[in-house]
Amino acid sequence: MAQKIRILVAKPGLDAHDRGVLVLCRAFRDAGMEVIYSGLLPTPEQVASIAIDEDVDAIALSLHNGAHLTAFPEVKKHLENKGVNDIAIIGGGIIPEEDKKELEKNGITGNFGPGTSMDTIINHIKKVTKKF
Amino acid sequence: MLETENYWKNKINQLTKIKEENSKSNENIKRWENEVLDPWNKKNANNNNDFSTTSKIDVKTSYSPSDLQGNIDYSMPGEFPYTRGPYPNMYRGKKWTMRMFSGFGTPEDTNNRLKYLIKNGQTGLSIAFDMPTLYGYDADNDRSKGEVGKCGCNISSLEDMEVLFKEIPLNKVSTSMTINAPASILTAMYASVALKNNISLNELRGTVQTDILKEYIAQKEWAYPPKDHMRIVRDMMEYCTKEMPKWNYVSISGYHIREAGSNAAQELAFTLANGFTYLELGQKAGLKVEEFAPRLSFFFNCTMNFFEEIAKFRAARRIWATVLKEKYGVKKGSSLALRFHTQTSGASLTWQQPMNNIVRTAIEALAGVLGGTQSLHTNSYDEAWALPTEQAVKVALRTQQIIAEETGVAQSVDPLGGSYYLEHLTNELEEKAYRYFEKIDELGGVISAIEKGYLQKEIAETAYRSQLDIEKEKEVIVGVNKYAEIEEDKIEILKVDDEAQKIQINRLKVLKRNRDSKKVNDALENLRKTYENNDENCMYDTIKAVQAYATLQEIVDVGRQVFGEWKEPQIF
Repeated sequence: MAQKIRILVAKPGLDAHDRGVLVLCRAFRDAGMEVIYSGLLPTPEQVASIAIDEDVDAIALSLHNGAHLTAFPEVKKHLENKGVNDIAIIGGGIIPEEDKKELEKNGITGNFGPGTSMDTIINHIKKVTKKF
Repeated sequence: MLETENYWKNKINQLTKIKEENSKSNENIKRWENEVLDPWNKKNANNNNDFSTTSKIDVKTSYSPSDLQGNIDYSMPGEFPYTRGPYPNMYRGKKWTMRMFSGFGTPEDTNNRLKYLIKNGQTGLSIAFDMPTLYGYDADNDRSKGEVGKCGCNISSLEDMEVLFKEIPLNKVSTSMTINAPASILTAMYASVALKNNISLNELRGTVQTDILKEYIAQKEWAYPPKDHMRIVRDMMEYCTKEMPKWNYVSISGYHIREAGSNAAQELAFTLANGFTYLELGQKAGLKVEEFAPRLSFFFNCTMNFFEEIAKFRAARRIWATVLKEKYGVKKGSSLALRFHTQTSGASLTWQQPMNNIVRTAIEALAGVLGGTQSLHTNSYDEAWALPTEQAVKVALRTQQIIAEETGVAQSVDPLGGSYYLEHLTNELEEKAYRYFEKIDELGGVISAIEKGYLQKEIAETAYRSQLDIEKEKEVIVGVNKYAEIEEDKIEILKVDDEAQKIQINRLKVLKRNRDSKKVNDALENLRKTYENNDENCMYDTIKAVQAYATLQEIVDVGRQVFGEWKEPQIF
């Protein structure tokens, strides 16, 4: 019996385009994950703290405001500052091609753009958390 | 005598009764189905998909007069209930305003883009602000890191506003500003720029969005709790009615409600419900509805379900006029006519095969025009990727110009009026809206429905269902779940770097050093007292604070201290 994936879904920063994350929360739950949604407007530091408190396997970050290159690595930095290295970070939103490479280098994977199917995202999460 | 008792229920009963009667007396249709349609379907290919609109209105094979019996709208354009248009001659007199929404980077960057658009034939300005501005944080705040100038123009103080409108004659243009939570402050800044240039406030034409209700429902860019924000809206209504008579101080917006995932009926109903709420707010403040109703304008989305969208605009006009007349007792005709701006749907644009977006936008724009919009923004094909390039914006503007100048669709008013199908959809959407109004009233009104999370959940539910339909390919998106390609077309996109942030932070540093800090502190202290006293109008002290060069965030922070911050009820 597979272990359940615990995932935090968050938009780290001043970005309220929450249609996508709300859809994903539902999709992740329907796929059998335990979903924690941060609510709107947490800072990257708050996202990291919630992730640690909730002991999640993965964080799904979404931004539509162009701040992904700043905010996503910030979340990672705050996790590392607290000595946490075992939480997978998955990105998504309006992310130009060249930025994806930059994010990958920072250990943020996925970086899914608009139109990505929910299945693709769910399979990716299963892969990076090594929970099937 | 006003019909307020069970108003919605009576409306719903009236409409359903007509439909029941019609279903009994449609002999000609039944005969056609038996003798012509059914035999044909037995012999030929017939798709068994369920045919329906986004609002789940069933779509029949064909429509006839019997679908409309007892509910035919014989009105003409420019007369009650304005279903066919707010003006008698519509585009024959004046074409819609081509109003391209733009803004990025520093005020200088946006000022240049505005001048470029004016040079290319745009007839109205429309400013987009970045996220820090929308939330009321200055460029130098930690929360603004990485976001300054990214989604729109950054405005941190009156100084920025002066740069934004440099060399643009404010008494000659009409300006729309998409700003909500800090709308009172941006209005104060705009007015202050005008005054500094010796332009009197009663010459200023334009619109400030101010629609905070749809922020809680959909766009979610708020600062304070609903009741406190509504008090500021009230103050703006009073102030502008008196001092800025040509200024539309609230643009009641369905756009964001739709983009957040709702269907056409929800967009229509929630937006109009918000409209009634602002109307009651003004009434309670002692303003005469006849006087301020013409200042309330609307802003709708236009997306891909062509006929339903056109029907939505027609239904909106009919409902607004009918309810204002019957339930709120408005008599003057021009106060009953709903006028609106349209933007094509950003959510309908695809990241995949982006050039296809030009076609989507053209179809949506056409529906907006056939629906009788007063102004129109067409999205650019690259907007699923980034803010648009100049080239992409030009194609979007040209799309409108082609519709206006080449197709002839603007020659006759409401050219689709009388189509059995379109009239039927108009009636159906009207009924669905009345059902939502009844439900919202049962929950205690819009604000209470927001506090309970009802409206937000309704939208999230529709968004999720729609995504499932896309995944199951019940809903087709060309280039995404059908006709997809592995190699994607490459396009040039606009990059906004962090230079804007540096410039803005620096400008603030200089500003804070040079301004009269006692004057700033006094102005903010006065504003605090005004905020604390619900009976006072806060606009006058807001203008004084702005003119003392208090920053946007310094002003919003006073509000945050007095009113507190809004925490959304749990939606998921």
